[in-house]
Amino acid sequence: MSRPLRPRAVLSALSVLVLLSACGGSGKEAPGKGTAASDAPAHGDAIIEGSIGDISGFLSAVTTDASSHEAAGYVFNGLVRYDKDLRLEGELAESWDISPDGKKITFRLRKGVTWHDGAPFTSDDVMFTYRRMIDPKTPTAYGEDFKQVKRASAPDPHTFVAEYARPFAPALASWGMHILPKHLLEKHPDISRSPLNKKPVGTGPFRFVEWKTGEKTVFDANPAYFEGKPYISRVVTRVIPDLATMFLELKSGGLDLMNLTPLQYTRQTETAEFRKSFNRFRYLSSGYTYLGFRLSHPFFKDSKVRQAIAHAVNKKEVIEGVFFGLGQEATGPYKPGTWPYNPNVKRYPHDPSKAKELLAEAGWKEKDGDGVLKKDGRRFEFTVLTNAGNENRAKTAAIIQQNLSAVGIKMEIRTVEWAAFINEFVKKRKFDALILGWNITPDPDQYDVWHSSKTGPDELNHIGYANAEVDRLLEEGRRTFDTGKRKKAYFRIQEILAEEQPIVFLCYPDSLPAVHKRFRGIVPAPAGISYNFIQWYVPKGEQKYTTFRQ
Amino acid sequence: MTAHSIFRETLRRLARNPLAMAGGAVILFFFVLALFPSVFSGHDPNRIDILKILASPSESHPLGTDDLGRDVLARMVHGARISLSVGFVAESIAIGIGLVIGLLAGYYGGRVDSVLMRFVDIMLCFPTFFLILAVIAFIGPSIWNIMFIIGVTGWMGVARLVRAETLSLKERDFISAARAQGAGTGRIMFRHILPNTLAPILVAATLGVAGAILVESGLSFLGIGVQPPTPSWGNILTAGKDNIEFAWWLSLYPGLAIFLTVLGYNLLGEGIRDAVDPRLKGR
Amino acid sequence: MYRYIVRRVLISVPLLIGISLITFGVINMAPGGPIGISSDLNPKATAEYRERLKAYYGLDRPIYVRYGQWLGRMAVLDFGDSFSPDGRKVWDKIRERIPVTLSINLLSMATIFLIAVPIGIYSAVRKGSLFDRIATVTVFTGFAVPTFWLALLLMILFGVHLGWLPISGLVSLEHDSLPLAGRVADRAKHLVLPIFLAGFGGLAGISRYMRSNMLEVIRQDYVATARAKGLPERKVVFRHAMRNALLPVITILGLSVPDLLGGSVIFETIFAIPGMGQLFYQGVMSRDYPLIMGILTIGAFLTLLGNILADVGYALADPRINTGRTG
Repeated sequence: MSRPLRPRAVLSALSVLVLLSACGGSGKEAPGKGTAASDAPAHGDAIIEGSIGDISGFLSAVTTDASSHEAAGYVFNGLVRYDKDLRLEGELAESWDISPDGKKITFRLRKGVTWHDGAPFTSDDVMFTYRRMIDPKTPTAYGEDFKQVKRASAPDPHTFVAEYARPFAPALASWGMHILPKHLLEKHPDISRSPLNKKPVGTGPFRFVEWKTGEKTVFDANPAYFEGKPYISRVVTRVIPDLATMFLELKSGGLDLMNLTPLQYTRQTETAEFRKSFNRFRYLSSGYTYLGFRLSHPFFKDSKVRQAIAHAVNKKEVIEGVFFGLGQEATGPYKPGTWPYNPNVKRYPHDPSKAKELLAEAGWKEKDGDGVLKKDGRRFEFTVLTNAGNENRAKTAAIIQQNLSAVGIKMEIRTVEWAAFINEFVKKRKFDALILGWNITPDPDQYDVWHSSKTGPDELNHIGYANAEVDRLLEEGRRTFDTGKRKKAYFRIQEILAEEQPIVFLCYPDSLPAVHKRFRGIVPAPAGISYNFIQWYVPKGEQKYTTFRQ
Repeated sequence: MTAHSIFRETLRRLARNPLAMAGGAVILFFFVLALFPSVFSGHDPNRIDILKILASPSESHPLGTDDLGRDVLARMVHGARISLSVGFVAESIAIGIGLVIGLLAGYYGGRVDSVLMRFVDIMLCFPTFFLILAVIAFIGPSIWNIMFIIGVTGWMGVARLVRAETLSLKERDFISAARAQGAGTGRIMFRHILPNTLAPILVAATLGVAGAILVESGLSFLGIGVQPPTPSWGNILTAGKDNIEFAWWLSLYPGLAIFLTVLGYNLLGEGIRDAVDPRLKGR
Repeated sequence: MYRYIVRRVLISVPLLIGISLITFGVINMAPGGPIGISSDLNPKATAEYRERLKAYYGLDRPIYVRYGQWLGRMAVLDFGDSFSPDGRKVWDKIRERIPVTLSINLLSMATIFLIAVPIGIYSAVRKGSLFDRIATVTVFTGFAVPTFWLALLLMILFGVHLGWLPISGLVSLEHDSLPLAGRVADRAKHLVLPIFLAGFGGLAGISRYMRSNMLEVIRQDYVATARAKGLPERKVVFRHAMRNALLPVITILGLSVPDLLGGSVIFETIFAIPGMGQLFYQGVMSRDYPLIMGILTIGAFLTLLGNILADVGYALADPRINTGRTG
């Protein structure tokens, strides 16, 4: 699913999530294979997942948090989706054509698909969804991609055509947006207020059963799903706000799936007892954490200063200390192993003396022996902001604080709770520096994050980055479907970002889900583990929950 | 009546109460830690050493290290300073407010009294923790804000106590005598009435300090207590809870420290209550 | 009696107004006031939300007008719409959470009462004895241990190692398919730890109060008289002293409502119980002002109700009382 980029803190604030949407890299710890007779796929059983936050609604167009998007993924489908190798494939669309000039996409829709209430799915629903996405009455954060559409049409019930004024590369992925049922929503001008946001009816593999706010959401397998009825009969997502409680719940058998913290992965799940009941997986998640600067700040205007900080920060220590080695050093805003990722950019190894040298070149010198650098009578002191309640960020900040003090920079740490962090500081640009995360979408278009026109208060270029060449390349990259050309543009962008260090890229952390051993059919891939969720199964003899009311 | 001899008698009674003495000793112990942290640990509480992450107790780190390789003993003794000050300052604020309101209400009586006491009733209706949580989230979880808000929401008991004492004292002979000698209102309140309310206040204060320390740990659990890397017992315990089975030392020591301190304050408070006046009662 | 109840309720009206004033003040204390927020990371909705909020709070108007309007809506339980993306009515969100929190608190209160009162009585009767000392330390232990820490330790022991009790939540997955007895047992099992903890933490207050009341009563003349008449000690204690010492405890129970409610934030978070405390915490963390205001008001209202009930209960139990409590 392609979604506009958003600060990853949303995800991390609610970090214990099931990976249903496209995420991931290569699995490193394969589960026990073997397809003996007793292991034959069978329908039945339930899977219970843990999540630290409740969902806010089921219509993903009008929600922004990861939990809600996961939940919506069970019930709804898009026209396209990412497959296990993060390539786009058809979901509700059987196939599509892109006109030679790149301005027109023609989707051929699956036939015989029905909504959970039995009504047929047609191109009218797609048209309806498109209209609602561009409707100002729809409080969606994802309308931008759809506003690029010049003309949309539905020539017959199984064909949908979107025409663009100019080629728009992220367009195809944007049709991963969940398609809404027209017949149930057309009477509701604001879909976020419609009953469907609470009791969804979709086309997806699971049907909504109940949502007890603050407690759990329940879904049952959809026997009429167009790709076949999922093996697992029921999916329950329990809200457990405290991580320690959640882990105990997992160990006691009350949960079947949760994302482990790096600490749990390395130190608490090595026991034979745990390994007997659970498979653990590890793959690169789709995100990175960074130390960002307000580039209009007098200290951070100078790229030498930023490069110096990049040398001063010990990324290895961050990865070891915070992520227990379960992550990779970040070099740019793309994920290693994916096509836009440029492995050959300038790197900044930990080198305090080089950092001091660069700072001296920028005019920052130690003068009176108090250990803090000075320039024009100002001491190099600043405050870094991060969101409260995120253990990893707080620890990262503590390590960076120590790294920087070694080169004569005094950094204070201030943690602010998430809503205030975004609204009072990030949006109002009231920060010197911050530690945050971005997620990485499979489509490399990051126009909203780096383009100099996107620096308004509600826009995402909150560091205020402006580089004419990057602006041009971003534009180039989104105006062609030619992967070769796009790759060239994004490679160059990464080189520039690496050189200028508008932010210090810190780490790509790993995703570390643990799943109960009775679940079979899990095959880790670049997309993670949940892309084939409907094929997960529990052999008849091992099914645990058999008495719940269907 | 000689205040001095009453005081001595009270102390004597207190000294005979083993529980109160034990409580006092515990508190004294932690205060000494808090006053001279570097005597008890040579380590810097914020010194990160990723090679020593979650090391179990050893000679160089008697209480082990935490999830960033910081020395737990050093964090505990520096955290003592923070946690004990939170309790102390918050309760001082509470007593200050409670004292003024209680004195005014008790001394003037009538309309002043009923307005002030209605205000007390209103404040008592709020689930205090809800108020604290809301305000802290709005104004930010700095140490000073935490102390301030715990104090501002915790003075009602003191006000009631002081008012009751004042009511009964102001009719006594020695107050009338002072008044006859031309003592002003302020002088009567602060020189004659106030000293006589000190005993119940002291009892309330010990319990209040204990409560404030617990509130800070609760706020830390919710992620809006004293913010790391500044150590407080509450946030050390919170960081330790995620490793509770694996790295027990990380939660055991702060947990015990909070427990013992709060228990100590309570036992001491009860002891003082019994010693001052066996008939004294209150919430 | 009727007159008493009516009067008791009437004197609560100014309190309600005071409660609303403070709640309103707290919200307006937030930097930027109630309009400083917007939907998280939802750039498109920001402007719209601001407009809606402006209309809702009439922010262009003077503060006393705003307060008046807010008070008017409050009176009909209209707390407005939550700021969270679901945009549901605040009252609906609170209403579905109240039963859980309230029933757990009532059960805790009953537990506290049933255990703390005997401890208090016995401690008083045997003042200074070994039992008294052990009881003192025990009840204060309950108060002094950080609840979330003890909760985790008990979960590890009873949930993971022994496997006797569930770790968290209110019911298990199979709850709906169980027979009635099974459903009751299932719920009870889930409640053991939370109620034990709430009870353990609340013992100190009531038992100490009971103890000091008892001590006081025992010294009273009529008890001395009863004793002098040669009545057996048991009878003196239970017949004469206990009843009089118990009465004030009823009021204290009423006063302990806000503490229990406040504590529910931590319980409900650690035990994953979908109650008002958890809702409030989420509201605070996402700056859902209407929700915060709503819960503060409802919480205070429940306390007030508890106090009224306690006072009425007190009056019922003790016919000598027929005047309002003051101070």
